[in-house]
Amino acid sequence: MSLAYAEIWREFKRSRTGLAGLIVLAGLIVTSIVAVTTIPIETFQQWQNPAQWTNNPKTAMPAWVNNFFATKLPEHQIIRDPEVIEMSEGGLRTVSHKFTFNYNYDAFLNDFMLNYEAMYHTTPPLLQLLIERPDGNRIEMLRTSLPSPQGDSYTHKATIFSTDSAIKNSVRNILNMYDYPADESQPQVTLFSDLHEQKVLKGTYTVTATFFLFDERDQVLGSSLLLGGKVYGLLGTDELRRDLAIGVMWGTPIALFIGISVSSISVIIGLIYGIISGYKGRGTDEVMMRANDVVYALPALPILILLAVTIGKNILLIVGYLIVFGWVAIAKVARSMSLQIKNLQYIEAAQLMGESSTRIIFKHIFPQLLPYAFAVIAISVPAAIITEAGLSFLGLGDPTLPTWGQILHDANIFGAASRGLWWWIVPPGIMIAITGLAFVLIGTALDSIVNPKMKKI
Amino acid sequence: MGFGTFLLKRSANMAIVLFFVVFLTLVLVGPTMDNILKRSIEVSVTEEIAQNKALLSTFKDAKELESYKKNLIDVRAKALGLDEPWYSPKRLGLTMVKILSFDLGRSFFLQSDTGSNQVSDIILERLPRTVLLFTSATIIVTLIGLYLGAFSASKAGSIIDRFTSGFAVISSSFPVWWTGMLMIFAFAFVYRVFPARATPLIAVTDPAYIWSLLYHMTLPLITLVIIGFGAWAYIVRNFVIGILNEDYIMVKRAEGIPERKVIYSHALKNAAPPIITSIALGLSGSIGGAIISESVFDWPGMGKLYFDAISVFDIPVIVGLTYITTLVFLASIFIADLVYGLFDPRVKVT
Repeated sequence: MSLAYAEIWREFKRSRTGLAGLIVLAGLIVTSIVAVTTIPIETFQQWQNPAQWTNNPKTAMPAWVNNFFATKLPEHQIIRDPEVIEMSEGGLRTVSHKFTFNYNYDAFLNDFMLNYEAMYHTTPPLLQLLIERPDGNRIEMLRTSLPSPQGDSYTHKATIFSTDSAIKNSVRNILNMYDYPADESQPQVTLFSDLHEQKVLKGTYTVTATFFLFDERDQVLGSSLLLGGKVYGLLGTDELRRDLAIGVMWGTPIALFIGISVSSISVIIGLIYGIISGYKGRGTDEVMMRANDVVYALPALPILILLAVTIGKNILLIVGYLIVFGWVAIAKVARSMSLQIKNLQYIEAAQLMGESSTRIIFKHIFPQLLPYAFAVIAISVPAAIITEAGLSFLGLGDPTLPTWGQILHDANIFGAASRGLWWWIVPPGIMIAITGLAFVLIGTALDSIVNPKMKKI
Repeated sequence: MGFGTFLLKRSANMAIVLFFVVFLTLVLVGPTMDNILKRSIEVSVTEEIAQNKALLSTFKDAKELESYKKNLIDVRAKALGLDEPWYSPKRLGLTMVKILSFDLGRSFFLQSDTGSNQVSDIILERLPRTVLLFTSATIIVTLIGLYLGAFSASKAGSIIDRFTSGFAVISSSFPVWWTGMLMIFAFAFVYRVFPARATPLIAVTDPAYIWSLLYHMTLPLITLVIIGFGAWAYIVRNFVIGILNEDYIMVKRAEGIPERKVIYSHALKNAAPPIITSIALGLSGSIGGAIISESVFDWPGMGKLYFDAISVFDIPVIVGLTYITTLVFLASIFIADLVYGLFDPRVKVT
């Protein structure tokens, strides 16, 4: 049973499945590191806060789907660096922010919006919004006065939506330009439509926001144009406009943490419990094994749910609940192993030399079972991850840390499956499976080395 | 140790587990239960007094009204035994005896389809549906698994064998409920063959209900079978391969008995005890797992009921369900042990 670790590694390197598992695990660790270092934890903790995600499109597909279809869907864009032109005539100054973009997609935008921020003192500035189309038509979408300043050097921050009634009104005024019955209810469609046919007018568009300033201290602090597309980023967005790539990537370190901590702590507890039970024997053994039987016969999921509902849903608590059910099976195996080991001569020798039972258990028996423990730890990781995912799927996950199960919970709540939002369902599930698979492959490879009896199967 | 002693020990163990589970459940929900009951008394007393105009006019000031109200609340609470905390031995003992003798009380919010709010009625209505779905799935999975497993074992190392093993590992890596979501996507959205929600829309009393229920059951059933049979075939395969290496199989082969017969009759028969145990454990495990699978498909069984009860915190239903689930779970473990002991004369129990 005692195998040198170098020898185990030498054997492990020969196992193709074991190495495959190790490579997948390395990939998951890299994903975790990338997630933790590139996506600030603050962004991720705002997962449940809808206000954080308003700049994203709603249920947008991943951007790469455009590579597979002839119809190119508009990509979500935020233009943050407009061309700024300042002019002054007499006392009047104008500041124009020009957004130029190519629109070569086959479908219309979901919506568009302009965010701006201006600082002014006495007279509120005027804002004019123009769009110049590829066919040369210039359409004024909006002309409005900013609200009266409240106090000196007042900063006004606002957003103009394509669905604002002012924009719809200006669109109504140009409907006669179209050869077909167009309507004003969807400015993002009409403004981007061909005049003769009901299709997208492709080409270069320029949206200009011109501010008329009446005080020389007034300033336009910034603006950005948001084109609400139908595809977004690596994994798209969900109903609440959240970037699924962030959730799925940040889910990796959390799943690894839950899986590894639950399985390693359970296995160590089970191992020590089993060794003590087997080594002490007699009454101690009887009592400990009966207690083990009781926990073994508990229906895990109903009790896990009860614990989460009544005590709490903190991630550390959930790890604790899973450990309560995790140590039982290994304790039985460890007990029978320690029954064998305790009759070996070197244990008897140690006993004769007067070593304490604690010392014998931790110094002589425990290390013997460690290689086996590693195999069991790896094999029990997937169960921990799947169980946590199941709890989260029922809405009992830690609300401050979105896991893959929680993403799927939201998907289920919003009926993603029956609405065909596959990009919301597939990636988290694949990640759960890949993570489980990596540990199963590593675990079975390790197990066939430390448990030579299993090899021929 | 004799078989009788073994059974006795198992029964004692079951009783301890059952007792412990009910106790734990009550400890977990006790404080909340007391709060809910007290608040509902307060609300009903306040309402009664407010409606009774004649009574209201007899009070001189607000203070007198308050003391009258408090008095009435205390009397009502005492009638329900709420003057003692939930953990007092008298109340806890009484509740436990009630539950263990299947007196599960009335639900707070949930109702059965026929409108009863007796917890036992609600559960009894749901239990057959859960059993229907999961037993059918287990039977189909077992049959496919037995045949495929024995076949793979006879052709160990072949492409089919490798495919079975690979499928087993991969299919058991996915959570059942996730596969369920994919199946809903495939068969309720892409190909609109089956309904996305498995609760029939017609009334229970309608004679067509049972057909509607079976139609709605198809998608969950297919999902449970697809996700389950791979792992099953793999377990059977490993048992059978283990037995094929035994000496007595070698003897059968040497006797000239056809390989088919050796595998399907002799090897499979000897692999039966562990396989039967696994079936019983698998069934009880899937009933526990039903909470999630039923929620995905909206199948109107016990699992969905558990989920609904937790969402609205209907404590009597939660306690009753936990008790019944544990009972079913323990019964299947017990039967598994019994069958194992009967089938395998070598059984050694510790």
